[in-house]
Amino acid sequence: MSTGNMNLTLKIWRQKNTKAKGGLVDYKLSDISPDMSFLEMFDVLNEELISKGDEPVVFDHDCREGICGACSMFINGRPHGPKEGVTTCQLHMRSFKDGDTIVVEPWRAKAFPVVKDLTVDRSAFDRVIAAGGFISVNTGNAQDANNLPIPKVQADSAFEAAACIGCGACVATCKNASAMLFVSAKVSQLAQLPQGQPERYRRVQTMVAQMDAEGFGNCTNTGACEAECPKGISLENIARMNRDYLSAKFVSEEDI
Amino acid sequence: MAELNANIPEGELTDKWTKLRSSMPLVNPANKRSIEIIVVGSGLAGASAAATLAEMGYKVKCFCFQDSPRRAHSIAAQGGINAAKNYQNDGDSTYRLFYDTIKGGDYRAREANVHRLAEVSANIIDQCVAQGVPLAREYGGLLDNRSFGGTQVQRTFYAAGQTGQQLLLGAYSALERQVGMGKVEMFTRHEMLEVVVVDGKARGIIARNLLTGELERHSGHAVLLCSGGYGNVFYLSTNAMGSNVTAAWKAHKKGAFFGNPCYTQIHPTCIPVSGDHQSKLTLMSESLRNDGRIWVPKKKDDPRKASEIPEDERDYYLERRYPAFGNLVPRDVASRAAKERCDAGYGVGKSKLAVYLDFKANTERYGRIEANVQNIHNPDKETCMRLGREVIKEKYGNLFDMYAQITGEDPYELPMRIYPAVHYTMGGLWVDYNLMTTVPGLYALGEANFSDHGANRLGASALMQGLADGYFVIPYTIGAYLSKELATKPIPQDHPAFVEAEASARGIIDKFFAIKGTKTVDYFHKKLGKIMWEKCGMARNAKGLTEAIAEIQQLRKDFWSDVRVPGEANEFNPELEKAGRVADFIELGELMCIDALNRNESCGGHFREEYQTEEGEAMRDDENYAYVAAWEFKEGVKFELHKEELKFENIKVAQRSYK
Repeated sequence: MSTGNMNLTLKIWRQKNTKAKGGLVDYKLSDISPDMSFLEMFDVLNEELISKGDEPVVFDHDCREGICGACSMFINGRPHGPKEGVTTCQLHMRSFKDGDTIVVEPWRAKAFPVVKDLTVDRSAFDRVIAAGGFISVNTGNAQDANNLPIPKVQADSAFEAAACIGCGACVATCKNASAMLFVSAKVSQLAQLPQGQPERYRRVQTMVAQMDAEGFGNCTNTGACEAECPKGISLENIARMNRDYLSAKFVSEEDI
Repeated sequence: MAELNANIPEGELTDKWTKLRSSMPLVNPANKRSIEIIVVGSGLAGASAAATLAEMGYKVKCFCFQDSPRRAHSIAAQGGINAAKNYQNDGDSTYRLFYDTIKGGDYRAREANVHRLAEVSANIIDQCVAQGVPLAREYGGLLDNRSFGGTQVQRTFYAAGQTGQQLLLGAYSALERQVGMGKVEMFTRHEMLEVVVVDGKARGIIARNLLTGELERHSGHAVLLCSGGYGNVFYLSTNAMGSNVTAAWKAHKKGAFFGNPCYTQIHPTCIPVSGDHQSKLTLMSESLRNDGRIWVPKKKDDPRKASEIPEDERDYYLERRYPAFGNLVPRDVASRAAKERCDAGYGVGKSKLAVYLDFKANTERYGRIEANVQNIHNPDKETCMRLGREVIKEKYGNLFDMYAQITGEDPYELPMRIYPAVHYTMGGLWVDYNLMTTVPGLYALGEANFSDHGANRLGASALMQGLADGYFVIPYTIGAYLSKELATKPIPQDHPAFVEAEASARGIIDKFFAIKGTKTVDYFHKKLGKIMWEKCGMARNAKGLTEAIAEIQQLRKDFWSDVRVPGEANEFNPELEKAGRVADFIELGELMCIDALNRNESCGGHFREEYQTEEGEAMRDDENYAYVAAWEFKEGVKFELHKEELKFENIKVAQRSYK
């Protein structure tokens, strides 16, 4: 099927299930086209494995256009591989050379246990959102959308924070497995909007508490998360969250 | 043939929904707490329905196959969401949105449903903004709008090129809020494999826990299918890899009729196929057509680069053929026009199956406006282009990045090369006005139903419909059914119907492992996709469809005797999941061809080559085909046709023209 001319050695993390011991396994692939995406290269590998009677490599993926946040491969020591600002599914083989050896591992964090091979459990992120990542407004309660003008700069800044796809690259790359970038992106989106004000200080406290309960590490400001984020989520969000968290201790009338 | 009753309320079109809403039976708060509702799917329709029903007090169980509800494929919608707000003061109204949608659907949608959609459209924008969805704004702080195909007003709200993401995250946060409060129980990495029907009513589902392989029984007073469309029947489409028809198809096999399966939307602006390895296609939002111009060289097989072809040697064929709408004609029209140019030998790029989408003129225009804003007078061309690029980047930055990533070319410098690709399916489970299928208690919402888009969906209307169904329609209409179910005790999960449904799901899984064939699931999926694209794609004819039906029947036999599914049933096994989905796609593919063959007319996305005007436009046959084809599944993969006549009482049915 393949029509290209790249020959590659892959070292892929194989692990039967959460409890089993995993390890790197070597695979050779030939005739890979530089126009293929990284995941299409994995499709070729899996077709070969199935045809030989072996078990295919399990990995998360869905939209394959960089927006669903499912794909999550740690490639040559970097989440989503060598190119900046892209997810694994948007990485193409033209970013590699013929003869390369490529090491592929799952995200590694205490809060993201390996499920199988390259798939991890990121449900901790959902629980952090469930703890406060929302504005409490039931359907039907809304006023006319234009009754609440929001300065463009502020709306744009909230949008940039909201562009987070929840892939977990920030956690995977952080030496402390901290989720501060992910959590602060949601806190910061809502804190910058007038609709988010009533729950502003409550939200930051409940979300941070849940983040800690999930076993994510602390932030030591190395900035690796921002550097590896495929959507360019800024460290400013963390600063904003820290300010709000501190203020909450003084301002908030609720005890959380 | 059974009589299909769409349960459209009596009265004037404009009053139907208001009247029904205020006369609908209600369920009191105490009773809601003991009623369980199952929601399959967590996209815009599923998440909004699950959240809203839980807010109202129902007990909700929500299922998705992804690892998080936030990853449902609504997330990938790019361009925007329509609403009849008339914020631009350009003459928009509920009636105009209704009219544009009916006309855009080539007069094959139900008037009452579409009018309701237009009525609630404005509420959706209000709700999303209240949730903190950061839609694009003007300097004055008010919401911005952009143009989309098939309309002459600006009614599309957006968030850069990722509107679906922002709207879904809004619905997802509302859903997670209910999860946090314990009012929705969320089942991620679960796939619905059977609907359980007890005494003729939907009472539950069988779901497979994708991590453990365990088959689980879940009971409820009603089941909502919000499981999306079936574009992946073509293998290559803009859908996500996991998007599938299985939930809808299993419901179909349990008695839910399937409406207009042949109505498929081929989106005109996608990144062309680059090779055999291709696993999916990527859309370039329709909003780009608003700011871009589509053209091909006037000379056949022109070897020159786009930049070397002078203005007067370019054929802006949409502007030439459709002067009134130009580049903003509806998707079906734009796709066919691109195919016509490429088939005639004017295509560009290596494969010659592509046309140019060029932003140069508008980049310069935007730059000139921006220069004025910044007080730069008499700017030179270079300044205009630089400033214009920044404006374009703000509007579509993520789309341009995606194009550059996939093709390795810079779309700020060179025009994009684009070609049509499968994007959306207007067909789906037949539902009445209340969104109920032909199985009582079983509902279908969003892309999974057939109801609002006729034979062609207008851009930015899918997000509108998904959220309308979930936030504003089902919360009312389901009450009418549930108010009669108060006496129904929780259904015991050892009921024979559950036992039977689970055995059936297990039987299929066991069969897959017993085959031990030689070909992978993808091998069959690609074969099916090829048949569908060539014979049931952008253009169809009786001969091709007849051949396709025979080929698909043969493919089904081959699949069930030679597929190889590795691994085991009781583990996380994505190949097994794919096998189940492809098995259903094969059966659906046959039905799509049967439906396309039955419909001896051209309408919207369904273009039968035998039925076209002299100018190559779709030619409807209103006398014989102004009906919804609702198919009933029969033993042995046979299908029986039922018809719902479409009555147009408020709109004059005419030959669709965008000239």
